[in-house]
Amino acid sequence: MNKYIWIAIVILGLLAPFVVYPVFMMKLLCFALFACAFNLLLGYTGLLSFGHAAFFGGASYVTGYLVKSSGLTPELGVLGGTLFAALLGYIVGSLAIRRQGIYFAMVTLALAQIVYFVALKAPFTGGEDGLQGIPRGKLFGLIDLGHAYTIGGSPLGLNLYYFVFVMFCLGFWIIYRTINSPFGQVLKAIRENEPRAVSLGYKVERFKLLAFVISAALAGMAGSLKSLVFQLASLTDVSWHTSGEVVLMTLLGGVGTVLGPLAGAFTVITLQSELSSVGSWITVIIGSIFVICVLLFRRGFVGELGRLLKRSL
Amino acid sequence: MTDHILVTKNLSKEFKGFTAVSAVNLQIQRGHIHALIGPNGAGKTTVFNLLTKFHTPTSGSIHFNGADITRAKPADIALRGIVRSFQISAVFPNLTPLENVRLALQRKLGISYHFWKSAKILNQLDGRAMELLDAVGLAEYSGEITAELAYGRKRALEIATTLALDPELMLLDEPTQGMGVEDVDKITALVKQVSTNRTILMVEHNLKVVATLADRITVLQRGAILAEGTYTEVSQDSQVLEAYMGSSHD
Repeated sequence: MNKYIWIAIVILGLLAPFVVYPVFMMKLLCFALFACAFNLLLGYTGLLSFGHAAFFGGASYVTGYLVKSSGLTPELGVLGGTLFAALLGYIVGSLAIRRQGIYFAMVTLALAQIVYFVALKAPFTGGEDGLQGIPRGKLFGLIDLGHAYTIGGSPLGLNLYYFVFVMFCLGFWIIYRTINSPFGQVLKAIRENEPRAVSLGYKVERFKLLAFVISAALAGMAGSLKSLVFQLASLTDVSWHTSGEVVLMTLLGGVGTVLGPLAGAFTVITLQSELSSVGSWITVIIGSIFVICVLLFRRGFVGELGRLLKRSL
Repeated sequence: MTDHILVTKNLSKEFKGFTAVSAVNLQIQRGHIHALIGPNGAGKTTVFNLLTKFHTPTSGSIHFNGADITRAKPADIALRGIVRSFQISAVFPNLTPLENVRLALQRKLGISYHFWKSAKILNQLDGRAMELLDAVGLAEYSGEITAELAYGRKRALEIATTLALDPELMLLDEPTQGMGVEDVDKITALVKQVSTNRTILMVEHNLKVVATLADRITVLQRGAILAEGTYTEVSQDSQVLEAYMGSSHD
C-alpha cells in the first residue's frame, strides 16, 4: 500500500471532527480498530473467532473499573484494559487453537459466553446496568479529556478525539506491521496450507497463539477506548451480538485486506446510526444489505476493488 | 556395515481395527533413492504419514540417524532434517513462488516470531530463493501468483521449497502423480539432480520413474513388506508379479 493512502487517512482523521460529530467519529474509530484486530485473525491466519466481544467488552469493563473506582489516569486505564484482553486472549487462545474450523469458532463462542456471564453476575461490573459514568479523566494527569472547545458556536471534545485517533493509528500500525512482517508471512503460510507449514518446521500452534494474543489485545484496546468515549461499559459490549457484528464488518469490507475492516466498520456503524429512527426493523435492513453485499461482492468492497485494480489494499 | 539414515522396527498402524501397516521393517541407506511401491491401498501413504509424524504408530519405532523419533512432533522432525512433500501439491497458492521458497529459508534466520519487524528484512533471502527457483526452471515465474501456475510447475515449486530446507532426508509422496509425459521426465531429472548428497525416500506409482531413479525398492502389499531389492531383483520376484498382475485385473 502506498504512502499517499496513509497520508490521506491521517489527514482525513485529523480533519474529521470539524465535519462529523466527534463522538460518532470516535465510535467509528473504535469499531474500525476492533474489526482490524479481528481481521488479523480471520483474514491473515484463517481463524474464525466467534468470541471477540469477550476481549472488546472485557477490556472496556476493566478500563471502566480502573478509571472509575481506582482513579487511574485514562492512558493507564487503556493500558490495563489492553493487557487484560491480551491475558484473556492467551487463555482463550491456548484452549481454542487445539481445534480447527467450526470447532475453533464454537470454543471461542463458549468461552466468550463465560465472560458474558461473569460480566452479568460479578459484583464490580454493575450487572444489567453496566458501569456508568466512567470519567474521562486527565491524560497523564495533565490534559483534560473531558474538555470541550467552543468552535463556531458548538462544543467540540477535541482532546478526547485526538487521543482516540492517536491510539487508533497506533493499533492500526501494529496490525499493518504484523501483517507485513516475517511473522505475518508465516501466518499467511498457515492460512494457505497448514500441513505444509508444519512440514517446513513451523510450530503452527505457537504462531496461531501469538496472532490470537495480538488480535485480542488490540480488540481490547478498541474496547477500552470505547468505554472512555461513551463513559459506559455494558453487557452489549461482551454479548455475542458484538462478536457477530465484527464478523459482519470484516466480511462486508473485505476479509484479508488491510483497508477492508475500516470500510466495513464505517458502513455498518453509519447504517446503524442513520437508520436508528426506524427502530427494530434496523436488523432486517442491515441483514438484507449484508446478504446483497455478500452476493454481489464476495470479497467485500475493498477486496473487489483490489481485484479490479489488481493490487492488494 | 552399511550406514542407515532411517530405520523402522516393526512399525504398525491400526485404524479402528483395520491394520493399515503391519510390522514394517525399513532400512534406508544413506545417499540412496529408495522407492516404496505397491498396489493401491498397500499402505504406502500411511507409512509416509507415520514417518513424518502426521500419524502416530500403534506400535513399533522409527529411528533417524540412530535417534528414536517415534514420539517426535511433525515440526520437530522437520528441524532434524526430514522434509516431506504431499500427494496433492503442497504450495501456498496465494503467495508468489518467491515467497513460497522464502518461507522455507526464513526459518533459519530465527526471526519468524518478530511481528514488529518489516518483511523487507526477508529480501536478503531473495538471492538464494532465486537460485533454487532457477534450479527447478521457475525463475521467470517468481513473481506470479502460485495458484495460476501449471500443475507440473507447482510440483517443481514444491521441490524447490523442500530443497530450500536442505534436508538430509527428503520424502516425496508421488512426485509425478497426475502429470503429463513431459512433466514426468522433467521431475524425474529434477529428483535425480537433487539427490546428490542426500537421501530420498519416495512413494511412486510410475514404475518407469522408479526403474530410472531408485537404487533400492521396497514393495508393500496389504500393509506389509512383500519384497525388497533393486529394480531388477524386485521385477523378477514372482510374488511381486502376482500382486501387480492381480491388481491389474480390477
